[in-house]
Amino acid sequence: MSSTSQTSDFRLQTFQGLSPTRTTLDSGVVVLAKETKAIPAVAINLAIRAGSACDPPEAPGATWLLSRVIDRGTAKRSAAEIAEALDSRGITVNISVTRHLFTLVCLCLAEDFEPVMTLLSEMVMMPSLPTQEVETRKGQVITAIRQDEDNPMVRATESLMALLYPDGHPYGRPTKGSVEVVEGLTRERLLTLHDQRFAPTELSAVVVGDVDPSHAHDVAARVFGGWQSGAPSPLVLPPVRHATRRQRLVVPMMNKAQADIAYGFTTITRRDPDYYAFWLMNNALGQYAIGGRLGDSIRERQGMAYYVSSSLDANVAEGPLAIRAGVSPANVDRAVASIDEEITKLVTEGLTPKEIDESRRYLIGSIPRALETNAAIATFLQTAEFFRLGLDYDVRLPALLSAVTVEQANAAARRVLHPDRATLVIAGPYQESRRP
Amino acid sequence: MRTATLDNGLKVLIQEEHTAPLASVWCWYKVGSKDERPGLTGVSHWVEHMNFKGTKNIPRDQVKGIIEQYGGSWNGYTWIDQTTYLETATRDALDRMLFIESERMANCLYHPDDCESERTVIISELQGSENDPDQLLEQEVTATAFKAHPYQHPTIGWLPDLQTMTRDDLYGYYRRYYVPNNATLVIVGDVDPDEALRRVNHYFGAIESGGDLERLRAMEPEQTGERRLTIRKEGTTAYLKIAFHAPSATDDQFVPLVLLDAVLTGAKGLNLWSSFRAAPPQRSARLYRALVERGLASSVSGSILPTQQPFLYTVSATATEGTVLATLEEATLEELDRIRQGGITEPELVKAKAQLKTRLVFDNDSVTNVAHQLGYFETIASVDLFTSLPSRIAAATLEEVADAARAVLPSSNRTVGWFDPLPVGNGRSKSEV
Repeated sequence: MSSTSQTSDFRLQTFQGLSPTRTTLDSGVVVLAKETKAIPAVAINLAIRAGSACDPPEAPGATWLLSRVIDRGTAKRSAAEIAEALDSRGITVNISVTRHLFTLVCLCLAEDFEPVMTLLSEMVMMPSLPTQEVETRKGQVITAIRQDEDNPMVRATESLMALLYPDGHPYGRPTKGSVEVVEGLTRERLLTLHDQRFAPTELSAVVVGDVDPSHAHDVAARVFGGWQSGAPSPLVLPPVRHATRRQRLVVPMMNKAQADIAYGFTTITRRDPDYYAFWLMNNALGQYAIGGRLGDSIRERQGMAYYVSSSLDANVAEGPLAIRAGVSPANVDRAVASIDEEITKLVTEGLTPKEIDESRRYLIGSIPRALETNAAIATFLQTAEFFRLGLDYDVRLPALLSAVTVEQANAAARRVLHPDRATLVIAGPYQESRRP
Repeated sequence: MRTATLDNGLKVLIQEEHTAPLASVWCWYKVGSKDERPGLTGVSHWVEHMNFKGTKNIPRDQVKGIIEQYGGSWNGYTWIDQTTYLETATRDALDRMLFIESERMANCLYHPDDCESERTVIISELQGSENDPDQLLEQEVTATAFKAHPYQHPTIGWLPDLQTMTRDDLYGYYRRYYVPNNATLVIVGDVDPDEALRRVNHYFGAIESGGDLERLRAMEPEQTGERRLTIRKEGTTAYLKIAFHAPSATDDQFVPLVLLDAVLTGAKGLNLWSSFRAAPPQRSARLYRALVERGLASSVSGSILPTQQPFLYTVSATATEGTVLATLEEATLEELDRIRQGGITEPELVKAKAQLKTRLVFDNDSVTNVAHQLGYFETIASVDLFTSLPSRIAAATLEEVADAARAVLPSSNRTVGWFDPLPVGNGRSKSEV
């Protein structure tokens, strides 16, 4: 087996780097473009720094409803005209809301790039939010919230976030909000939210695909150049309080066949210098080769779960490391004990140099695969832009991962993980047993 | 594309794609849940799981990590007609991928302890899908739509069969179907086809052919009247599914039916994999306008997938809160009756063709997806069927689409399923420190 440094050198030589072009329009809009020739198509990714963390405190879910209706009419086109413009080209606009970003993504044929970019820009800058559309989408959102209420995986995850980020912290609120709040939202409330949070200084537009970068920049400048809107007030997040004791919540859902476990900790910010040590540690713990150590123990050796893994979401504030597993109700206690055992072993004995080396080789080697499609490259560039990682982040990434030592990865585990400070939610056909 | 057949019957498809330093290898087997007899439902899928548990030359504890060391991903899936395994990694992993797939074909171990351990993993997978009322309804609608054909049972199998199946059942099934003359190996990526074929011969050439395979021969009789079922179970949301017996991939009416579905619910692409990808363009589609835009449903979708034998065309809708299922069903059937009686319009046909053309371009965006397209169609029919699809779509006429609607959508050909939720009676959440 080759050593780590040999592997890293090989990958660095293999991967040429994306080298995207970046410009900033006078209005403040950032434009990134990268030309690819794999297929005659283009991915457009428009990200506005107006995610669910920007929800008004009294109206969590407002941003989500805005995302359902922002593409249903603009100052220049009706909902029916937009529907025709999209469907006749065979395309859809995928609109997502994360804690910090409100993102519109569209894949289109290269020949349709300019009209599609124009259409998307109208949605971002001048949505009309017709009352009838707001009412129809409210019905859809309320149904989706009801579906979430009946979904053990969603209940476990949302409950975990609420416990990790209590007292109204934006990371602890469900993105879709509640039925009561959604029912009370109005067109005027959504227009106000849009006016307050959508501005050229908050937008980064990424174009990846079979289009000349200079043309992509020209089109972006044409469609967004005239956008005038003052910068919104800065988003202030309350401090994250790290748990000092173990918490456990059971959400009984006796109509279900399987229980979902969510077990987590608050961790670090994305800008923390230890981020790459955390990334490697989490990969070895709960991702490498289908579930890392957790997958080996709970799925492979004990046959208890179809899925078990951990995820790290280091963010603007200290994001969560969350372990999730789906198990038969009879195995819940044993699965929780196994997670505790793996966490204990990790913080007391640490990961081995071999494990770190394997995870490192995997993460570095997967870069070309992770950057194969236009959509994936666009997402990568948006993330790099949002966290100010630099235009050459893809090229520097192998060295950043290579520089992490075993001791740094183990220190990362010790810094945040411990069963005594774990927060744990079980949702499904399981009830807490009576204790003396 | 380079095609070859080894002396032992293994079909090989190799396509060069030099857009990234990657290669994707898929090994497809013509075996799926349609090949399972009563009492052994789920065996194809369980065998797929067992085939990741070590081989004669890949020790159990070294299965994981081989492809990861090349930054790669691997997986497998089983459905009604097929079982397939894939690896996608940097091109220098090609030899390792071929080695793994040759081992999987000939040398899997089936240790009794691993069979038992995997039983609970698969039952957990089944229970996880039963947590979703929509999946539960789909399973029951399919079981009701078929009386005789093994497409009737779910690919994951019925729980009693999963509880009683033995190691010998699994191993016997593996040995019967995992033979080179029942498989297609697909390689797509940054490879030299001549060299790749030499390496395929090196790894697979000595595996013995399995002779002729005897298949189940059940045929589904024509449905003679509407069938209905209702699941009443605790839940928060009501779901509707209407399934119609539909033509197989090689039938002349298949492409017209795909176009009909695009007009009703938006184009999804042309196989199982692509149907899971981006949401269809459907805002101007007939059922979307009739159900979602009128506030009766929060979502609507259609599913017509290429299959070896006649399967189902299924329309699914999720009722918005406060909408009763009878109203949702009535509105859905009204639209389906309208299109059955009147067909589609020329502008609708033009739009449906444009949507499918776009989806076919999007489906070629990675070596993994290209390899899937080729292997999928070769396994259920032939790769030629896939390459002929653009011209078949372009040539389809209004009359052909109308004929497909008249053939597939009569009431006597449908099965209607409701998930009608009962109030949830769970206790409150309990917290403890």
